[in-house]
Amino acid sequence: MRHLLSAADLSLDDALLVLDTATELATVTDRSVKKLPTLRGRTVVNLFFEDSTRTRISFEVAAKRLSADVINFAAKGSSVSKGESLKDTALTLEAMGADAVVVRHHASGAPHRLATAGWIGGSVVNAGDGTHEHPTQALLDAYTLRRHLRGGSGDLAGLRVAIVGDILHSRVARSNVLLLRTLGAEVTLVAPPTLMPFGVETWPCATGFDLDDALDGLDAVMMLRVQAERMHAAYFPSTAEYSRRYGIDARRLALMPEHAIVLHPGPMNRGMEISADVADSERAVMVEQVANGVSVRMAVLYLLLGGQKEGSP
Amino acid sequence: MDSDAPARAHVVLDDADIGRAVRRIAHEIVEKARGADSLVLLGIPTRGVALAERIARAVADIEGTDVPVGALDITLYRDDLRLRPARALEETTIPPAGIDERTVVLVDDVLFSGRSVRAALDALSDVGRPAAVRLAVLVDRGHRELPIRADYVGKNLPTSLAEDVRVELTEVDGVDRVSIWGEPR
Repeated sequence: MRHLLSAADLSLDDALLVLDTATELATVTDRSVKKLPTLRGRTVVNLFFEDSTRTRISFEVAAKRLSADVINFAAKGSSVSKGESLKDTALTLEAMGADAVVVRHHASGAPHRLATAGWIGGSVVNAGDGTHEHPTQALLDAYTLRRHLRGGSGDLAGLRVAIVGDILHSRVARSNVLLLRTLGAEVTLVAPPTLMPFGVETWPCATGFDLDDALDGLDAVMMLRVQAERMHAAYFPSTAEYSRRYGIDARRLALMPEHAIVLHPGPMNRGMEISADVADSERAVMVEQVANGVSVRMAVLYLLLGGQKEGSP
Repeated sequence: MDSDAPARAHVVLDDADIGRAVRRIAHEIVEKARGADSLVLLGIPTRGVALAERIARAVADIEGTDVPVGALDITLYRDDLRLRPARALEETTIPPAGIDERTVVLVDDVLFSGRSVRAALDALSDVGRPAAVRLAVLVDRGHRELPIRADYVGKNLPTSLAEDVRVELTEVDGVDRVSIWGEPR
């Protein structure tokens, strides 16, 4: 594995290797010295063309725990706002000796372009591109599901998961469908018809429009943020109606089995897709998702950068 | 596996020899530490962990004390990480009581270049601060590349660099055996 661009690139063995590696790396967090020397002398660039708090910080913490040097490059306040192209930015980073570029971009496919255009020699990690993919989020969600519902090891065969809300604008949904399917889980997408992506019938999952129907017998429900900033049309009549039909609240939580958990990639719109009492309940695992994100990203960086570079002697 | 194995392999320790070596090492550890109260045994995966558990059982037979046993994966501390593709990690388990102010005995199957032990010492210092660190190995085959020596040795086995020493343990390989493979000296 040289790059991580899509959850579809991961075979079952690859995915399990990342999750098992993350399980071991998670123990570092409990130690007095939260640092490993593994990536000493390697440089990781966080190249963020889009606003992000938790993903950027998560990658930064992960790289630093492995002793890599971290350069944070935000498009705002950089030469990009003066009109520099992705190519020229990439060539600049290459000249500075980046071993890995963690990229978030508003255009779907930008990480793929970066990885395959020959501009840079290092590894490319997709940290979210447009409405396309966000593979490390899917990995941390799978890690969290495995920890809670499968005792922290093996695959997710037979697990029933619903992904609910703004599927149309969600890169998290696509990556999760692909990865959870690889791991053997059964995924159902639930959304208003206006927020279902075109061509969803070709995705390896079921779809539904009624949340109450979907909740029965679920092991986990993943609520997505309504991405108002990407909505340039009226996709639903009102916030209140969306919340009533597709938000999770205490009543809907009670429709799920006792052991079922609630995930959300954050940031949450409390009162919209998730009610405050559910967000603060013990069955909501958002804070743990953030902690697991660091372990999973450490695993990805270690597996991409920790060994011999592919193609070098 | 035996069909394509080179004919020049010979067994240097059998199951009885390994059993005797483990018991002697356990006696030596207890003698030097004047008891088993402050001991922690940490095996280096995978065969070091199995050996550490055997030594702990032998110490329990001698002293009637249960010694905490753990595993210390050294992969992330190796100095040859960049010479090979990224490797899967082994399990690290530190006993709940920790290692601070205790005598840690590192246990490995073969002592060769000493680089694994160097990595283990680095890993250990990130986990805590032991009162002392000792090293127990089943086989010392020589050819050290670092100034490291073992405190407890099951068998000193002078070898040539062309030879390969293979330790097999029932827990991992289904059989107890130490053999030398390759060119004779």
